[in-house]
Amino acid sequence: MPPPARAKSARTLGIDRFLERWLPQIVVSPLFAASLIFVYGFIVWTVYISFTRSGVLPSYNLAGLLQYERLWSTPRWYVALQNLFVFSGLFIAGCMAIGILLAILLDQRIRIEGVIRTIYLYPMALSFIVTGTAWKWILNPTLGIEKFVQELGFPGFSFDWLIDPHMAIYTVVIAGVWQSSGYVMALFLAGLRSVDDEIIRAAAIDGAGPVRTYATIILPIIRPVFLSSIIVLAHIAIKSYDLVVALTNGGPGYATDLPATFMYSFAFQRSELGVAAASAVMMLVTIMAIIVPYLYSELRGGRK
Amino acid sequence: MTALRARVVAGNPPSAVQLKGPGIQEWAEQGALADVDDVAKAENWDAVLPPVLAAIMKYENKYVAAPVNIHRVDWIWANPAVLAKVGVTTMPTTWDEFNAIADKLKEAGITPLANGSDPWQDLTLWDVVALGVGGAEFYQKAIVQLDPAALTSDTMVKVFDQMRKMRGYVDEGFAGRSWDLATRMVMNGEAAFQIMGDWAKGEFAAAGKVPGTDYWCAPAPDQGGYILNSDSFVFFKVSGEDKVKGQKVLASLVMSPSFQETFNLAKGSIPARTDVALDKFDSCAVKSHEDLLASIGNNTLVPSLSQEMAIPRSYRGEFLDLVTQFYNTDMSSADAVKALAAGIERARAQ
Repeated sequence: MPPPARAKSARTLGIDRFLERWLPQIVVSPLFAASLIFVYGFIVWTVYISFTRSGVLPSYNLAGLLQYERLWSTPRWYVALQNLFVFSGLFIAGCMAIGILLAILLDQRIRIEGVIRTIYLYPMALSFIVTGTAWKWILNPTLGIEKFVQELGFPGFSFDWLIDPHMAIYTVVIAGVWQSSGYVMALFLAGLRSVDDEIIRAAAIDGAGPVRTYATIILPIIRPVFLSSIIVLAHIAIKSYDLVVALTNGGPGYATDLPATFMYSFAFQRSELGVAAASAVMMLVTIMAIIVPYLYSELRGGRK
Repeated sequence: MTALRARVVAGNPPSAVQLKGPGIQEWAEQGALADVDDVAKAENWDAVLPPVLAAIMKYENKYVAAPVNIHRVDWIWANPAVLAKVGVTTMPTTWDEFNAIADKLKEAGITPLANGSDPWQDLTLWDVVALGVGGAEFYQKAIVQLDPAALTSDTMVKVFDQMRKMRGYVDEGFAGRSWDLATRMVMNGEAAFQIMGDWAKGEFAAAGKVPGTDYWCAPAPDQGGYILNSDSFVFFKVSGEDKVKGQKVLASLVMSPSFQETFNLAKGSIPARTDVALDKFDSCAVKSHEDLLASIGNNTLVPSLSQEMAIPRSYRGEFLDLVTQFYNTDMSSADAVKALAAGIERARAQ
């Protein structure tokens, strides 16, 4: 080989070694930089804005806790917070209860199980916007269920939760549970199928009835499925925005506002960037209060 | 709005933006607007625009925006065939008359009032009721100047009392209904009245309905007042000779009588210029124009709260939240007045 070629190959070898060492960092760095700026950078920016008098445009003069005082004296914010807890609690509980029940019923080796399973799982394929719009029509007193039952011959029947400010948040729960319980069913069905038949037979020989077998033997065995379903459902509940927008648009009045819709309306419809930032920070703090203990216990568990 | 904010912050604002009301002042205070005062002076806009509207278009006495139209907000639209069913042949001129007709319709099993579910529709209704019950002077004091005494006055309680009555006249199916569907209810005889600005006329016109025979338009009981709404083009500070020139051409064009006529014939509004001949316009528009001139003379022309003409959006938002909350719950009028005053104080702290 002529010398220049050898020199070149030595150089390529150097580049190769360099790449070998730094390639992972180089590949990851744009992503790392992007998340540093667009996630953590903007979190810091939002926190800063929440301490200023920002209105239509951001302003950078600090104003102390003014926006937090204004936020916590806004009745609408309390409605949004209360709705978040009512919605998340009932949504998770409802999906779990219906999902587990459906899974246990399907677990009885029934006929056309595949068809039924698909039917229950199908709502999951729809977006929340479609679900919300469909349920808006179903629940509308002059179009949907109420009118249908009245025409069946029960003129006194009334089902007007959609326009009742005290009940409207439950319509959001109904639509959410309808959409997501099939998913919980699928998770649990997989879990139930993984339980060893020997255990079930042993329980039967010991004289345990089906209720006792499920409640005290099978469900405790598949405990990890509970954890993963609750985590999936909780994050759907906390981030849900589109379902409310499509179903009630926050109404009647602002009875079905969630913190996310509250924040959007203050930032983009009301020119109140400061209050919106304060509400966003409150949401972040709430989520951190849940996530940090969880992460802490996970990491400690890993070290053991 | 989000896109506009991003572009202004990035130093690349659009030449002209459709903005309105105190929103224009908000941007002007940020130093983002350019004036077209030389065009306005040359074409003498001051002489042809209603003074209330001209003031909204100006910042530091210079025109920064050009209005394209005037919408009247305080209209009642009615289906005469439906009204005839309960023996009513004229439009109500007081709220007592309105309530009496509505009660009669309700007894006959007809929905008296078509309204949708958007909070701004509730606020539009409230806007009209506030002018009708309180009069223009009260409207100016309480809503435009946000005077605490007027905000907590007995008149304000009466406004909410009438608003409570209005809620009783709406059917149950309002959830998720837009304003144009409410207009269609009046058209199809499913409801007798709608209270909405004259953009509703565009819906009637699009369906081929004729004012006076297929539908009636009348000013809502308003004690001789007139609630003004207007769309306008606002000019932002741009660099480049051709862009600045373009802004001036646009300003001149928008204010030209022929544009104002053509545009407003389609939109249902009337020209912002008070000197445009209304030969081609329908009877509702002519009535709107007459009342506009009268209200300018009597000083009873007020900018619309619901259509973002009267006060900045942070204050309007407090009205919006409170009114829609009141309308959709069983809150008492006295509590509503208290909560409204508290909300305005909160907005003032900004």
